[in-house]
Amino acid sequence: MFIRHEFFEKNAIFLLLGTLVTIAIGGIVEIVPLFTVETTVEHVEGMRPYSPLELRGRDIYVREGCYLCHSQQVRTLRDEVERYGHYSIAAESMYDHPFQWGSKRIGPDLARVGGKYSNDWHYAHLRNAQGIVPESIMPHYAFLAETPLDTDDIQSRMKTLRILGVPYTDEQIANAKADLMAQANPEADSAKLIARYPKANIASGNGHEVTEADALVAYLQMLGTLVNFADTNTERLQQ
Amino acid sequence: MSDHALTERPVVYNDAVVKKFVVASLFWAIVAFLVGCYIAAELTWPTLNLGLSFTNFGRLRPVHTSAAIFAFGGSALLGTSFYVVQRTCRARLFGGEALASFVFWGYQFFIVMAALSYVMGFSQSKEYAEPEWHLDLWLTIVWVCYLLIFLGTIMKRSEPHIYVANWFYLAFIITIAVLHIVNNAAIPISFYSAKSYSAYAGVQDALVQWWYGHNAVGFFLTAGFLGMMYYFIPKAAGRPVYSYRLSIVHFWTLIFIYIWAGPHHLHWTALPDWTQTLGMAFSIMLWMPSWGGMINGIMTLSGAWDKLRTDPGLRFSVTAVGFYGMSTFEGPVMSVREVNALSHYTDWTIGHVHSGALGWVAFIVFGSLYYLIPVLWNRKALYSVRLVAWHYWIATLGIVLYIVAMWVAGIMEGLMWRAYDKFGFLQYSFVESVVAIHPFFVIRLLGGVFFLIGGLLMVFNVFMTITSESTERPRERLIAPAVLAGA
Repeated sequence: MFIRHEFFEKNAIFLLLGTLVTIAIGGIVEIVPLFTVETTVEHVEGMRPYSPLELRGRDIYVREGCYLCHSQQVRTLRDEVERYGHYSIAAESMYDHPFQWGSKRIGPDLARVGGKYSNDWHYAHLRNAQGIVPESIMPHYAFLAETPLDTDDIQSRMKTLRILGVPYTDEQIANAKADLMAQANPEADSAKLIARYPKANIASGNGHEVTEADALVAYLQMLGTLVNFADTNTERLQQ
Repeated sequence: MSDHALTERPVVYNDAVVKKFVVASLFWAIVAFLVGCYIAAELTWPTLNLGLSFTNFGRLRPVHTSAAIFAFGGSALLGTSFYVVQRTCRARLFGGEALASFVFWGYQFFIVMAALSYVMGFSQSKEYAEPEWHLDLWLTIVWVCYLLIFLGTIMKRSEPHIYVANWFYLAFIITIAVLHIVNNAAIPISFYSAKSYSAYAGVQDALVQWWYGHNAVGFFLTAGFLGMMYYFIPKAAGRPVYSYRLSIVHFWTLIFIYIWAGPHHLHWTALPDWTQTLGMAFSIMLWMPSWGGMINGIMTLSGAWDKLRTDPGLRFSVTAVGFYGMSTFEGPVMSVREVNALSHYTDWTIGHVHSGALGWVAFIVFGSLYYLIPVLWNRKALYSVRLVAWHYWIATLGIVLYIVAMWVAGIMEGLMWRAYDKFGFLQYSFVESVVAIHPFFVIRLLGGVFFLIGGLLMVFNVFMTITSESTERPRERLIAPAVLAGA
């Protein structure tokens, strides 16, 4: 065997190819089935793509690196289920490009934070976390409420996601801007928005200008709320 | 073979690019340590976030990790690989000065742009793969040129064999290319926008990311630095590699098994159980090749242990291998699902990463650079060997403070999160665990500051060495690769 190893030691190209084959095996065996095995992502009711405002809120979440302190993945452990709610299932992040499960909890998990606190709580907490939880070590995000949300490219964002497999309809894309404005303004008529995006939470915007804080709050308030676990049994959650 | 090497007219090596990488590596080391200390202080006293978007923890943390891994570690890897491949192949770098310069400046440009983009609010928020698509494309171009130079140099070698250090460097280069391209697949929202969406979603994205993330550890932070170990430890010790046979087994098993270990970052999540189990099984197996490599590195000192008393540079290298052994034992333990239930999401992981990053990666770099710098700049010796010893002890103390604080904090968090009171309710709110670990965050910061002070001592020492008058060349021990490897 060690005499034949000379073959690799004397041929750079074969050393390179041998290395490539060796490292390819593990990745292929583990990753490819996740795309091909049908039960990897459970079939559950309620999952829908993000509304335009939620999507922009998620983009801000991604931009600020929130995942570095907050996970979005309740593990299948008793204490986590009691602390945060039903364990996370794969279907709940099926439209997440990229996933934001995180790897460290410097702050608590956010997978089911939606609806747990009021809009006002979130606005105040983003502005000054210590004002609400004095021991908190979270940075202040007051600048979000002062930054107008860039809404011009919302359609190209949704179209890009559609290329990647998020099932946005033509109607949803055509009405993106209107839906976004409707979700940011508590005074606006939100019937069409709710029809297109069930369970969408209306942010408490000021009515004349949409801010980044409105988008982020809309996103946080829907996290983990789409799947109704009362309707789902463990058999259907089997991967 | 060694006689042959001594008598033949020596090849003129391209050391200019190596020198540039060495200086860049030291510069980025200080940046990485400084930012690390600052964000550790932010976690300890949150007012230091200053409430500004670009100074918040979320934007600065990738600056720290990228500066440490890609800027400091990467510059050291590229520089030493260019040094080692020329010596062990007895060939000048392939591709000429221009290509080597392009790789240097192209890589530095990538680092600066990546750091700027994070603070300005451009991030893919995929851990250790934060740069957006345009920077990813740029890095791909630079990396392909790097591969061309390295492979081209090997192919025009005048040594019959490819030395073992080069196998590891080559595996590092090629695997990082594969990981980088696959994990960063994304579609930008428009050609003129920096924003993109990852090609994968949810559970698939999670596994692709941790296949990347864990093998950034396995191939960037391990295989590459093992290449360093296989050249600089035998060089500094003046002894051949302990076992040639072991290095062959080490190489192939390490690269085969490492790639499977990613799923252990996703235990108890929505990732299917079969994938988790597979990741855990291979993570435990990984213990063996890791320790095979550690034994090969440490045993190379047989018969030369006395050098540890006189050569603090070598002390860094050997301690690095010790930390490597410790981290690669701790890793498999943490990959066991039951242990992971406690350790995941806690500061234990942060401690584990730093025992690897500070103890293994940074120390093997320090050891290699302390050997390399007098050779590169034609100096008799370093400006001060005593300062190296000071650096060694301060940095070691810093690591110990850091990892012990994180072990205690991590296990405490894990236990508090799962603690029940006598009525069967969860005993602690989340924020109580935040309060409880505060003292350990202070100790961690102290450890980081110690490590930073050590780094500054090194920079001073290196600066004085380079700017000193002496130009006498140290007597380089000329050992041809076949002799190095031929135990």
